[in-house]
Order: sequence, then C-alpha cells, then structure tokens
Amino acid sequence: MESITVPHLPAHTLHVGLFKDVKNATFLRQQLLDINTDFQYAFADASMVASRQAVIAACSRAIDDSIFGRMKTRNLHSEIVFALSAISNISESFRRMGIQDTTKHVLAIKVLDESLTATQVHAFLGEHVHGTVVAFTDEELSSMQDVPRIRKIYKLPPAGKDENAKSLSKTDEAIVIGSMALRGS
Amino acid sequence: MAADPLPTSHALPSPFSTSTTPLTLIAQGAEALLYHTTFLSPTTPCALKIRPAKPWRHPTLDKRLTRQRILAEARVLVKCLREGVAVPAVLGLDWETGWMAMQWIDGGSVKEAVRGRDVSVNGADGVLKGLMRRIGRAVGGLHAAGVVHGDLTTSNMMLRPIAGETADRLRGEIVLIDFGLATQTVQEEDRAVDLYVLERAFGSTHPREEGTFPEVLEGYREVFKGAKGTLRRLEEVRMRGRKKSMVG
Repeated sequence: MESITVPHLPAHTLHVGLFKDVKNATFLRQQLLDINTDFQYAFADASMVASRQAVIAACSRAIDDSIFGRMKTRNLHSEIVFALSAISNISESFRRMGIQDTTKHVLAIKVLDESLTATQVHAFLGEHVHGTVVAFTDEELSSMQDVPRIRKIYKLPPAGKDENAKSLSKTDEAIVIGSMALRGS
Repeated sequence: MAADPLPTSHALPSPFSTSTTPLTLIAQGAEALLYHTTFLSPTTPCALKIRPAKPWRHPTLDKRLTRQRILAEARVLVKCLREGVAVPAVLGLDWETGWMAMQWIDGGSVKEAVRGRDVSVNGADGVLKGLMRRIGRAVGGLHAAGVVHGDLTTSNMMLRPIAGETADRLRGEIVLIDFGLATQTVQEEDRAVDLYVLERAFGSTHPREEGTFPEVLEGYREVFKGAKGTLRRLEEVRMRGRKKSMVG
C-alpha cells in the first residue's frame, strides 16, 4: 500500500491500496450501502481504472470540488468514485466504477484526515479487504483491466492498426483523464 | 473554505494560492496567465493556464465568459485527442475558478527553431521544407477533425523531440498549442481564414523563409480531404483579407 502526496494538495494525503483477487467484495459493498462509518473509503473496481494518473486525477477533482462545496455525492470518498466516471449520472457512475458483488480487483483509496494515521489505514485495509496487495502501478492495473469495457464506457476511439487493441495507449489514457475533467460541464 | 469575495486580478485560485509546489509564470496574454508547474505527480510537468477574474467586468458576466472559454478550450483539446491530432492532454480543470492544467510539451517552438536554424549546412533548405510540410499535415489533421485553431502562428507550434531521432533543431513532432481562440466548425471559410492567418503570420515572422510556405499547403492537401475547397477559398480570402462581413 502506498501514501501519495499530490502537488498543490499538501493537506490531502492519499492512501491507496490495490488488491488482486478480492474474495469479499459483497461484504465491502454492503458496508458502503449500510453507511458503516468505519468504511469511509473509496472502493473502485480496479478493472475499470485506466491508469494510476487517472486515479490521482479523480482524487484531485473530488478534493477540488469538496474545497468549494460542490460535491454531488455524500462524502469525499464517494465523490472520488464518481470522479472516475465521465458521466453525470451518480448511480450509473457507481455501478460502472464502484465496487460490485462480482468485482475481482479492488482499488481502495482513503484521503487522510487527522484522526487516522497511515499505519492505521494500511492495517485496516489489510484486515478487511481479503485479497492480495499489489503495487499501485500501471503494470499491475493493466493486468486487471477490462479494456473493451473501458473503451466502451469512455467512448474511446477504436485502437489503431499498429496499436495493441488489448491495452490502452497513452492517448487513450489522456482521453479518459480529459473526459473525467470535463464531467458535468 | 469560502471563495474570496473580492478577487484581485492576479490572485491565484485555490488550490494554487496555498500550494507549496513551485509555480513559474512563463507567459501572460490578454486573457490568461500561463504557469509551469507539476500536476498529479511531482514528476508530471504541466502547463497551468489561469484565467483570472476580470474586475472591470460585471461578476456574473465575468463568471460566464471564463466558464465558456475554459470549457471551449478543454473540449477542443479532448476532441483533438480523440481524433488523433497531436495536442497537449487536459489533466484537470475548474471552470468555476478558471484554471486548466495541460500536459507539458517538451521541446521549443517552431518559431525558435526556424529563427535559429543553421542555414550554412548542405541541404538546409530541404530540412526546412520538410518541416513546413509537417506543419501543413498538422493543420490539415486539425481541420479534418472539425476544429480551427484561430491563432495559427509559429510560436503556437511546438517541436516535440522524438525519442531515438537525431536532435536536429528542425526535427521532431509538430504539436499545436494554445487553443484559446479555437472553435469547432465545418465552415470552409473558417478553415481558409485559419490558413490565411498562418500565411500572413509566417510571412512577417520569417520573411526569409516565406518562399517555402507552399510546402505547408502541400502537406495540408496530403492529409485533409476537403483541402481543395479550402484552398480555393483561401484565394478569395487573400484578395479581400480576413474579415468577410466588413463589420467590427
């Protein structure tokens, strides 16, 4: 698991855990539905995540919206999941980007407040998310991605002839980040 | 945190106002300020375009114009990415407070490259012509995507070094920048004016190289199917100038 400080947002450290082959997605999702306050985390379906940069872009958008009181969802963590989406429909965005009962790979994000330390966050995720922790890198993400679905959902152009259709190009990633940034405009 | 009710013209919007990340002002236009900084990660350089509030405008109108212009530019950039035109990627934006973070493009402008080119070497003209043709292809690709730039000059074109290629000043991939005046259009007239503006700008910025401009039109023809109509219209625009309506 990793703690990330984003440029320009020194007060909002991100704690990110990427989990492979998670067994208890149903349980995690139920905690969110029950609004269990111990589970104030952003749980995203890692197979829908385009890249590490896209995740940080979503976090930075959500934090920016929270600073100005423009959040459309309940809290900063749900807002991060919403910010991963390029559409303005909240429940559809959660269905697409958020954790589902069938989710295999989970990306968990916590924006740290003073009441918790990084160690506590890491311990909590290690205890409650039943999966293998892997490094939060583009390589690991690309092994989890459902590329055809990502292409469809972000309306990416079809892969060019000399490109590998099974993976996302740098341009694809840029389109995803751009579409996320333009969401709601 | 509440937004400052009386923003001064050069105050940075949040979160940049309280940022501990260095921001360097690199250019200032009539509408916007351009900073070099990092965004999303400490190793991702970015160009941050800030449109500060204009205190002389009515606040409601000011907000609306800022929003419209930021969004128009961001939408055009994302559209270009989708169409495969080389432009800076949009990393983030806030149309309420008026900023947009874009991918930093390495390399220098075409203007610097042409001005600083080595005219003494053998085949210097050929290299320049090659560059001009690549410019034409870049503009043709842009127009084929349904976008006109609105301010095509050699300082709004970057030469991004290509990995593994010899670092000649005039080599590299053409990347168009500064889409602040860009519009999405299907009008032949708009495309012809776009080319005309480039032609005039090129002639006055690089008078010695003016003779190579036909190469630009040649490159344009190579990649854009509607080039014939646009170039025919360009003849008309040359006769009468940029303004058609004679108003304003």
